[in-house]
Amino acid sequence: MSEAIVSLRGVSKAYVRGKQSVEVLQSLDLDIDRGDFVALMGPSGSGKTTLLNLIGGLDQPSAGSISVSGQRIDQLGRGALAKWRAANVGFVFQFYNLLPMLSAERNVELPLLLTRLSKAERHKRVAIALQVVGLDDRARHKPGELSGGQQQRVAIARAIVADPTLLICDEPTGDLDRKTADEVLRLLQTLNRDHGKTIVMVTHDPKAAEYATHQRHLDKGALVDEPTSA
Amino acid sequence: MKHFPLIWASLWRKRTRTILTLLSIVIAFLLFGLLQGVNAAFSRGVEMANVDRLVVINRIALTEQLPSAFMTQIESVPGVKGVAYATWFGAYYQEQKNFIFAAPVDIDRYLQVVPEVTAAPDQVEAMKRTRTGALVGLEAMQKFGWKVGDKIPLHSTIWPHGTINDLDWTFDIVGTYDFPSDRSQTMGMFFNHDYFDEARLYGKGTVGWYLVRVKDPTQAAEVAKNIDALFANSSNETKTQSEKEFSQSFLKQFGDINFIVNAIIGAVFFTLLFLTGNTMMQSVRERIPELAILKTLGYTDRGVLTLVLAESLLLCVLAAVIGLGLAWLAFPALKPFIGVATLPTSVIITGLAAAALLAAIVGLPPGLRAQRLQIVDALAGR
Repeated sequence: MSEAIVSLRGVSKAYVRGKQSVEVLQSLDLDIDRGDFVALMGPSGSGKTTLLNLIGGLDQPSAGSISVSGQRIDQLGRGALAKWRAANVGFVFQFYNLLPMLSAERNVELPLLLTRLSKAERHKRVAIALQVVGLDDRARHKPGELSGGQQQRVAIARAIVADPTLLICDEPTGDLDRKTADEVLRLLQTLNRDHGKTIVMVTHDPKAAEYATHQRHLDKGALVDEPTSA
Repeated sequence: MKHFPLIWASLWRKRTRTILTLLSIVIAFLLFGLLQGVNAAFSRGVEMANVDRLVVINRIALTEQLPSAFMTQIESVPGVKGVAYATWFGAYYQEQKNFIFAAPVDIDRYLQVVPEVTAAPDQVEAMKRTRTGALVGLEAMQKFGWKVGDKIPLHSTIWPHGTINDLDWTFDIVGTYDFPSDRSQTMGMFFNHDYFDEARLYGKGTVGWYLVRVKDPTQAAEVAKNIDALFANSSNETKTQSEKEFSQSFLKQFGDINFIVNAIIGAVFFTLLFLTGNTMMQSVRERIPELAILKTLGYTDRGVLTLVLAESLLLCVLAAVIGLGLAWLAFPALKPFIGVATLPTSVIITGLAAAALLAAIVGLPPGLRAQRLQIVDALAGR
């Protein structure tokens, strides 16, 4: 029997914009098993990114509970949530979100600065992470000196360097051409299959979703399907 | 320290802007170092003033003389241990820029009342034996390249002798004096009051001021009151002050240097607050998505605030170190004017503290903004 690493129960999320309250997610239940690679799909405004933010601990629900690895993250304060993210989640964004003034290796090292690892240990882990994404020869390059695909690989290296159990990917191939997108998706697949990372990926792209082990569809803040295997 | 590369890289994200801001702060701290250094040099005389010495001057003004006959009366005041006198000679050597503090004194009395001044007994005796004899301070000897045995001409801006237009005096250097606790006090010369009094065209039988050494410093105020009471309602009323008060009022003749310096520095730093504050605000505003990423990666609100404050501190302290360093290098060039060759340590410490304060003030508003940042809004560009 598989074990749910992510479990959402009755999760709602409403944003207040001006005087209006906009309900983005409505009483949503979701389980993601350990080792799954889940693609969240749906039209714009369906609540995909909001759901991803809640699972990744970037935002808190208006109602309901969210457990990750058995921990109720909806009950954590801002400080505790930040520490939880550092230890448990890696993030990959559409526009890479690397710090432009830092080299690739310095960008990858960032999550490790929050740990008690020694400098030598940090460097070792950074080297391994860059090797995993195939960019060990570009360690000293700054983001501006790398292609989009390479930048996204650096972002993936940064996401895995602290060895989190969960990877949160928000449109990771949205800014890449097909060929590069396939390379990045294959990399994510490898991380899922060979390194046991649980991945939750938001995508508009059905081809990208095919790399996932499961697909879920959202519409108007609710899941509109049963889990399907890719 | 492990965050230093991140802070350093953030600081230099916009190289040109950082260099210009850094230069502004460097100039401000260079100015701070030089002005406060000059101020400290001027105030040093006040700080070094002796607590067991009083200065008696004419109540009208320091430039008004007092009768020589007052000395025995002052000596008779209870609590007085010794009395010396001196007169402002207003001298320079060859050119006006070569100012030298030259004072006609009774050297025995002077050395007794001002024991900080030291001279070889045989040279003191030589001065007493030689009518035009003078003891010259070690700094003055070095600066003008004089040696014992030289005959030197000095121009007085106040006292003629012979004829009304003859303001040039000649002295024989018979020895030197030192002021071991502060060598800068030896940019001067003592010569015989008797020679001066006989030779000058006017003002005979007067002195510029009296220096009074008291037996008990706790009784100094009482002794000062009694001295002034002695000459109350006379044609030469006196004003007796502690040496410190005298030094302070003497400095104020040139203007309230402390106030002027602080006013200039205050204006500079006030402007700097806006300049640096604006730069920091702009820098953080541009980096909102990057700060949001740091928070996403697990940096806490306080952690991000600390990073911004550290960046501000690095900028201000780095600039202050450069600015104060330049002031320290430039300070020896001011020695001919203020008599001090090194920037006082207290100025450097105050400067660094001011830099830290500046960093806190300019770093706090953007830091708090970064602290309050909502990740989801920042990443969405809201």
